[in-house]
Amino acid sequence: MLNRILKFLIVPILLVGMGIGVVIYVVENPTDSMVARMLTYDFIISSMEKHLLMVFVSMLGAIAVGVPVGIMLSRPSFYYVGKVIENVVNVGQTVPSLAILALFFTFLGLGFNTAVFALWLYSILPILRNTFAGIMSVQPEVVESAKGMGMSPWRVLSKIELPIAYPIIIAGIRTAIVINVGTATLATFIGAGGLGDMIVTGISVRREMVTFTGAALSALLAILLDYIIGRIEKNLVRWS
Amino acid sequence: MIRLENLTKQFPGMDRLAVNKLNLEVGKGEVCVLVGPSGCGKTTTMKMINRLCEPTDGKIYVDGQDTSKMNPIKLRLDIGYVIQQIGLFPHMTINDNVATVPKEKKWPKEKIKKRTAELLELVGLDPREHGGRYPSGLSGGQQQRVGIARALAADPPIMLMDEPFAAVDRITRSRLQNEFLRLQRELNKTIIFVTHDIDEAIKMGDRIAVLREGKLIQYDEPGKILSEPAGDFVANLVGRNRSIKRLHLIRAHEILEEEHWGVPLDTPREEIKERIEESVISTVMVIDEKGYLKGIIGRRAIEEKEGEKAEDLMEEVPDNVTDDATLNDALSVMLEIGEGYVPVVDADGLFRGTLTLNTLLDQVRSDKSAK
Ligand SMILES: Nc1ncnc2c1ncn2[C@@H]1O[C@H](COP(=O)(O)OP(=O)(O)OP(=O)(O)O)[C@@H](O)[C@H]1O
Ligand SMILES: [Mg+2]
Repeated sequence: MLNRILKFLIVPILLVGMGIGVVIYVVENPTDSMVARMLTYDFIISSMEKHLLMVFVSMLGAIAVGVPVGIMLSRPSFYYVGKVIENVVNVGQTVPSLAILALFFTFLGLGFNTAVFALWLYSILPILRNTFAGIMSVQPEVVESAKGMGMSPWRVLSKIELPIAYPIIIAGIRTAIVINVGTATLATFIGAGGLGDMIVTGISVRREMVTFTGAALSALLAILLDYIIGRIEKNLVRWS
Repeated sequence: MIRLENLTKQFPGMDRLAVNKLNLEVGKGEVCVLVGPSGCGKTTTMKMINRLCEPTDGKIYVDGQDTSKMNPIKLRLDIGYVIQQIGLFPHMTINDNVATVPKEKKWPKEKIKKRTAELLELVGLDPREHGGRYPSGLSGGQQQRVGIARALAADPPIMLMDEPFAAVDRITRSRLQNEFLRLQRELNKTIIFVTHDIDEAIKMGDRIAVLREGKLIQYDEPGKILSEPAGDFVANLVGRNRSIKRLHLIRAHEILEEEHWGVPLDTPREEIKERIEESVISTVMVIDEKGYLKGIIGRRAIEEKEGEKAEDLMEEVPDNVTDDATLNDALSVMLEIGEGYVPVVDADGLFRGTLTLNTLLDQVRSDKSAK
């Protein structure tokens, strides 16, 4: 048991360690005074906090909506609506993330809330699509034998369909979170802050070190979250 | 126990009826076999009984109660259902699969555990070896057994079995069929059993319902179906070699002869030689003092082998059948081992006698002349 937990923790500790290493290095060895003024511990930590907050709020919202709607669309009475929505979602996914942000800022104005809203909307898509596809992938005879043995529709969903669809649903959440962390760096364009601040200002004042810090931290964050969700999935799915 | 009245089903977009004014009555403890070509409405009929599919017209009574007025969930909890495509839950262990209905019925944990192990043993699986596995780790035939155990779990009075032995080879199938019949003698359930194999129908059914395009063509005992098929359709289904099919209806213990060419382990060489000369099959069976079959001695063995006692001369028994096997099973085994006989043992493995090809032929002949 302890062994398993240790194994699980090695990669996250390594990633977090790398992140802290990068931060300490750039703050302690700024290339010039301008970099020194920008890259303070306070600034980096608050950017990280904002970034995480955007990602978590929008992801929680996306899961809270995407999964139930996906389930609903998979019910036989909604089947055709589900197919239509699946296509809409696929098209929606091809719209560039920057365009989505730009679109909403014209309606909702600048700021953190607009960014969270856009990220939420953008993350719903893969989650909803995978939930729907996952439940549809359950073999019809499995559902039928469950019904035939006297399980109520609710029990069939919670004991049979969802557990079987679970890996695909988690895969959707994984895709969404990676996209989300990346897209959240664009939130700086509508004044929502986050790690994108460092990337963009770094570019505009031509200080690679600043850009590098923002980029490295968001990349490490994406890898970390992806890894954690992947492990959770592996630990819960023993049967396939 | 189960009565179908004018049962009719039309699927949307299908021009003919899937089930057409079906009337059928199955008594308590009876095995009713639905047989007919693919698409004749067997599965649809079953699904209407447990209400997975609502009839377009007609009524179904279970124990005198109109099922359309019953709660479908309650109804299904008391009807064991073995689905045609097996349909095990891939994310649950074999134990959990089997425990499905007891769990739905909220049995206490200990009772469920005991029952699960008992059922796996009943269908010939080892609870310790297979119980913890997932369905993907089992062969098709083993999965099918789990499907049957799962349907039996809460001891339902009624079983609907849709081609339960379709996924296994011929030999295993005949073994499963015999096990099933033995079980049924103990459990005495009311069973509707679907197959499209007429041989299986004749062997398993107390009564056989022949269906064609949703219509009931004939509903009779197997012997009657063989001797008086109603029309060309049933006659074709039964096929031309009806006398051989009749071998399905006779069990080994019914025609076993007294003379079984059995000798004790310490029989001297000379006596064995004599016995072999007398024997129709030129072979004697060696039996130990408890009555178990230990080996066989044929003409070749006694000529080639040294030794003075039966014990030293005997060779391994190629195969045997149990005394509740049908004559058809016995015939398959004879063909399999390439001999004109097969030893018969009872459920405990004690030697009962020997069936020979000649006895089988006599049966077929007497059947022919009787007509
Ligand atoms: N859900 C459905 N929708 C439309 N038609 C159906 C449906 N289920 C069955 N049918 C049709 O009803 C007819 C009877 O089907 P059923 O499954 O009862 O046949 P069966 O006798 O069980 O055949 P098999 O031996 O191949 O299993 C077939 O023609 C089939 O195409
Ligand atoms: Mg069928």
